[in-house]
Amino acid sequence: MQLNNNSNSSSKSRPVGRALAAATCALLGVQATGSLAKGQPGEWDVETALLVYSEADDRVQAAEPVISATRNFDGERKLNLKLVADTLTGASPSGATPSELPQTFTTPSGNGSYQIAPREAPLDDTFKDTRVAISTNWEAPINRDYAYSLGAYGSREYDYISTAVNGTLSRYLDNKNTTLTGGLSLGLDLVDPVGGAPVGLSRMPLSNNKSQADFDQEFAATRESDDSKTVIDALFGVTQVINRQMLMQFTYGLSYSSGYLTDPYKILSVIDDASGANYGGNLIGDDGNPVYLYEQRPDTRLKQSLYWQTKYMLGNGDIVDGSYRFMIDDWGITSHTLDLKYRWRLGKSYLEPHVRYYLQSEADFYKRYLTASEYNAGAPVMTEASADYRLGEMTGLTFGAKWGYRFDDDRELAVRAEYLTQTNDGDQGFGSLASQDLYPDTNAMWLQLSYSF
Amino acid sequence: MPDSHLFYRSRRQTRNALTLATFLTATVLTAGCSNLGVKPWERDLLADPDMQLTVSGVDAGLDDHIYFSKEASSGGRGFGGGGCGCN
Repeated sequence: MQLNNNSNSSSKSRPVGRALAAATCALLGVQATGSLAKGQPGEWDVETALLVYSEADDRVQAAEPVISATRNFDGERKLNLKLVADTLTGASPSGATPSELPQTFTTPSGNGSYQIAPREAPLDDTFKDTRVAISTNWEAPINRDYAYSLGAYGSREYDYISTAVNGTLSRYLDNKNTTLTGGLSLGLDLVDPVGGAPVGLSRMPLSNNKSQADFDQEFAATRESDDSKTVIDALFGVTQVINRQMLMQFTYGLSYSSGYLTDPYKILSVIDDASGANYGGNLIGDDGNPVYLYEQRPDTRLKQSLYWQTKYMLGNGDIVDGSYRFMIDDWGITSHTLDLKYRWRLGKSYLEPHVRYYLQSEADFYKRYLTASEYNAGAPVMTEASADYRLGEMTGLTFGAKWGYRFDDDRELAVRAEYLTQTNDGDQGFGSLASQDLYPDTNAMWLQLSYSF
Repeated sequence: MPDSHLFYRSRRQTRNALTLATFLTATVLTAGCSNLGVKPWERDLLADPDMQLTVSGVDAGLDDHIYFSKEASSGGRGFGGGGCGCN
């Protein structure tokens, strides 16, 4: 990947249409193609990175290498190939509530169980995965007023396959001061959960106090076959040059998903209406176990988003990059995302502090727990429920910084660190549940080393 | 709880209305200014690679994937991103 200093004459002589075209590509989710490419014909620009991600409290740990290569055929025709791999280990919140008593849960495969100590957040530590994703994108002009791009994406992990194709069409107006872009993406995902997809809102089988044969029968009865989901995304964007120092973009996005949208590994605790303790024990059935239900989400989701971004170059050459995203969906979730970066340019190097603020309301079917009366002796009064904290009321704050050094037009070395804190809020429970920490914070940090050549 | 739910709903609706109003105002202002843009010879600063809307596609892709798996929102800048199990 090539980089130019702001004083470099070659960058000044570059056709500006390319900056706008790159901006347009970024708008349409093919960011790698346009990023920092010197764009010399017959040349490959390569961007490599290694990301290490770590959550506090023994939760998810990940390592993620990336290589992105862009072949420039001439000034405006480009082919980008990108390969990403990641390996994940660690624990993830299951959705169950902490309890005064030790809790035992069945692993997703049904082949074992795991215990959670009293007052501890129930984390499923059987979580382990490796994902490989490959994407490609081609962009080219049609004539002096139009350009297009075509792309494809595929990723595979142990229990999930994702594929998508996309295309965009851009129209330049007013001497390329304005770019209108429309895009469409079609995706098909195949979900093959470990142990099979559980029947939504069915009771998690627990092996305590029963024979293996009885458990196996009970487990099989809660399983459905593999499933799939389709995703259709449409985008319409306007990129506008405001003046010599400022560029602005507005994007409206529409996304419709249908199929299996449930998280097969998430569960809900059922709580006794009177005591606030786990419902079950000797109260129901003859196995004496507490009741946990597999979650169930709607099978369609329609999301709409508005995105605004502005880049502004100050008189001293520093650059401010601000964006805001508003998202709303038919699950009842509304979110606001503010992002601000300041690139402080120091000769061959730069330092870029970053702050991001995220605010999300809860989904209509989000329930931190179900009560025994909602459980209704195995015939739940609702058709959908999830205790996944990612669908709850949430505030996220990220602080980070990136430092980069440009050896020459081609080569750059950069280090980036980010720290994220997520806090959740909502129903605080009752009885003995009220003394439990139902909304522990999520703290994560990631460190990235990048080299472009 | 039902009461707090209603409260959040009403606060949410207010926020939504404010957001839409801001966007509409910004769009009208942008569209209404006929002197936006630059002459071809005034594009030196905009041509700076650091002035691209997405300077590093790799950074953006990695962050999008992280937030996709930690929040209920995705996309906006571009398509919603490749799916994953993302527990």
